[in-house]
Amino acid sequence: MLKKLRVLLAWVFFIGITLLLLDFTGALHAWLGWMAKIQFLPAVMAVNSAIVIALVLITLIFGRVYCSVICPLGVFQDGVSHIGTRKSKTPYKYKKELKWLRYGIWVVFAVVFVLGVQWAVALLAPYSAYGRIVQNLFQPVAIWINNLFEILAERAGSYAFYPREVWIRSIPTFIIAIVTLVLVVVLSFKGGRTYCNTVCPVGTTLSFFSRFAMFRPVIDTSKCVNCGLCGRKCKAMCIDTKNHKIDYSRCVDCFDCIENCSAGALKYRFAWKKSEIAGTDSGRRAFMAGTVMAVGAAALKGVAAKAQDGKKLDGGFAEIVHKVAPERETPLTPPGSKSVKDFYRRCTACQLCVAQCPNNVLRPSTDLEHLMQPEMSYEKGYCRPECTRCSNVCPTGAILPISKEQKTQYHIGTAKVNLELCLSATGKTHCGKCASMCPTGAVVMVKGEDGHSRPTVAEEVCIGCGACEQYCPSRPISAIVVHGKELHV
Amino acid sequence: MKRRDFIKISGAAALAACAPKVAGKNAPAEEPENMLIRENPRNGDRVSALGFGCMRWPMIKDDKGHDIIDQEAVNEMVDYAIAHGINYFDTSPAYLQGLSEKAAGDALSRHPRESYYIATKLSNFGDRSKEASIRMYYDSFKQLKTEYFDYYLLHSIGRGGRAAFNARYVENGMLDFLRKEKEAGRIRNLGFSFHGSAKEFDGFMEMYDSGEMVWDFVQIEMNYVDWRHADGKRNANAEYLYAELDKREIPIVIMEPLLGGRLANVPEGIVRQMKEREPDKSAASWAFRFCATYPRVLCILSGMTNMTPLKENVQTFGHFKPLTEEELAFLEQMAIQMKEYPMVNCTDCKYCMPCPWGVNIPGVFQHYNKAITDGTYAQSTEQKNYNKLKRAYLVSYDRAVESLRQADRCITCGECVSHCPQSIPIPRELRRIARYVEDLKQDRL
Repeated sequence: MLKKLRVLLAWVFFIGITLLLLDFTGALHAWLGWMAKIQFLPAVMAVNSAIVIALVLITLIFGRVYCSVICPLGVFQDGVSHIGTRKSKTPYKYKKELKWLRYGIWVVFAVVFVLGVQWAVALLAPYSAYGRIVQNLFQPVAIWINNLFEILAERAGSYAFYPREVWIRSIPTFIIAIVTLVLVVVLSFKGGRTYCNTVCPVGTTLSFFSRFAMFRPVIDTSKCVNCGLCGRKCKAMCIDTKNHKIDYSRCVDCFDCIENCSAGALKYRFAWKKSEIAGTDSGRRAFMAGTVMAVGAAALKGVAAKAQDGKKLDGGFAEIVHKVAPERETPLTPPGSKSVKDFYRRCTACQLCVAQCPNNVLRPSTDLEHLMQPEMSYEKGYCRPECTRCSNVCPTGAILPISKEQKTQYHIGTAKVNLELCLSATGKTHCGKCASMCPTGAVVMVKGEDGHSRPTVAEEVCIGCGACEQYCPSRPISAIVVHGKELHV
Repeated sequence: MKRRDFIKISGAAALAACAPKVAGKNAPAEEPENMLIRENPRNGDRVSALGFGCMRWPMIKDDKGHDIIDQEAVNEMVDYAIAHGINYFDTSPAYLQGLSEKAAGDALSRHPRESYYIATKLSNFGDRSKEASIRMYYDSFKQLKTEYFDYYLLHSIGRGGRAAFNARYVENGMLDFLRKEKEAGRIRNLGFSFHGSAKEFDGFMEMYDSGEMVWDFVQIEMNYVDWRHADGKRNANAEYLYAELDKREIPIVIMEPLLGGRLANVPEGIVRQMKEREPDKSAASWAFRFCATYPRVLCILSGMTNMTPLKENVQTFGHFKPLTEEELAFLEQMAIQMKEYPMVNCTDCKYCMPCPWGVNIPGVFQHYNKAITDGTYAQSTEQKNYNKLKRAYLVSYDRAVESLRQADRCITCGECVSHCPQSIPIPRELRRIARYVEDLKQDRL
């Protein structure tokens, strides 16, 4: 019964969060956004004390149910180990806690967390790990399926589907997502909750409370027939059947043991007392990976009309050279983030905003300092005035919720003109695209001494949305480029 | 009008044998009896009233992603057309990125040369030097695999008047050259296609009246909208052009009888009125019948992209009934109503392309016009089904035109403006559509 309830709730949360991360239409966050906001680490980042206290209280009362129900990476691993161990009736056996490794990693995590080395935090944090796996590896599949339906819908004359582009937003983050997925699958395939009880800093943090949990599975030695089945069914490998002891710091309250005990010796009941913790054991696994690669790519598309002999031929398209991201003096972070510093201090790199961005603006940074944390760039689109999706989904408060109207109050960057590239200032053509696209009127064309008009930027009016940069006909590098501002309000 | 009646021919094969021979070339021997045939009074050419415009053939991509013509489809259409009495094929060295002539030549050369008439043009819009123009002229023979042209046109004259005409054809000696070619029999009929004002047209009629130039035929834009409501101040009404040509008994070839398909896909309110009169007749058939009702019209060109319009048009011209005075008045009413819709007057001729900045100008206009005629055009956020219309417009826009080639990419450089035969203020219209799309995206309508 308890197990069924656990499995049901786990499915609800797992599907909900996965859908939220897969969703590129922006339709789901109104219903499912809260599921991201109750994740432990994002709530800590958001200084959302109500959620943090609630999660701690839940753990103090019921044990680490968070790990079995709310954490998507935990549930994902349950699924993997379910597949990995389906042929074996007794897949696990008791292991002693890997204290040095477990607390060593936790201490390292605490240090990087306090120092604000966010990429290291994101590397270890379970929700961030799951987010990057889904956004990088599963969302493209969802989009491809969408695009397949879109083709069918187009044939049927239906507008139910919208075509989306699939592109790798950051190669380092993509590779890290693959490595994370492989390691999590390898660890959990036969090893159950090894990751959660050795590596996961949230798991270790919650274990400090769960060992004092009010309700917990308890072995009634008078009924126990010493069959050892509970220990061999325990994904956390935390039941010492010989001594009838359970390591509550590692128990994630999956209730598999209770379900499997034919003697009825295991009960989930009120048992508030100090628990004994098992001693040290030899270490077994290490988990740490990071691969960094920098690749610049500029793809060419389009077919040029075959002009020969000075003939003017009708039809065909001029080639469009794709834009490449320029160097930005300061990174661009979304409207709703108070400052660049504040944004990167709070962000856990869960990729939810990246998954949601409909304008292809947000992508994980390749910069070592902010690796995997999002930054903005305007070579594929710009931060459109009506869109506030990233701010509404962010669970950590790195991007505060804003309305459409509030958006222009955030000055995230300032446009700068490179007159050497400007087609108008150099007299190559009549242009003024940046000025005509600017939603705030910050870009104004003025006539230079040579008679060519050129763009100027009113710095205090520019909000840094990137419309000018995106629409600038200079390719591959725009003649007007937005550089981030440290403070946004 | 001297001859209000038009030439009805049956028992075509027998008459064809009697047709006068010009430069040893005979009119097509085989004419299925129901295709409407017009005789060219100047030389007895027996021309099908429906001509095949080779400007809109289907394009596909080759292995390297380059645009090529779907030759298989072209062959199929040409075979069907010839089998059903169509014998006039109109192309140009500039059409379809320069690929139209070769495709026409490949398809037509599979049939006996005397079974069809070829019309092509001197499209020296770029390099207008004598060398380049003559090279273009000779290249057309090669592409079309022929030794003579039945109809040869000075392509799109009018705009800029005699000065522009002189620069393209007189100063470089091309007009003299072409006259000699005509004497040599390699050009059977020499004429021009026209886009411009009445005053500019008068200039070319004066040339004719003074004997400076004998125009064997003239190609004009004519349909029931352009008859009295030609768009823009710079275009003459077809009614005027027709009257001037009729007066001089110059055979007329019609282009844009459907305004690039817009008269085949008319707004719902208009198609309803047409259906009330003729439930089984399409909007396109009304437009064709309008043109064919006028007897001085030799041939009506239609740029058919696939078998469906081809078969339908063959039906229209196979069972042709001229319009009555009352029906002509009805179409005039429809033309007036049509003007109420905010459509762009684009006929998808692609002369503006390629835009140097990559904008798909005709694609944007076609999509916009289609949304208006289909009624999938949101006008206000207050509308009952606004969200549905908004989605339909934006999704279909992205499907029709890739985002980097949409209206908002126009930088108003103005390169395209001079190329447009319809005198559309292209940058202004693109801006209007870009604004409309932006209003949709931001729900500002």
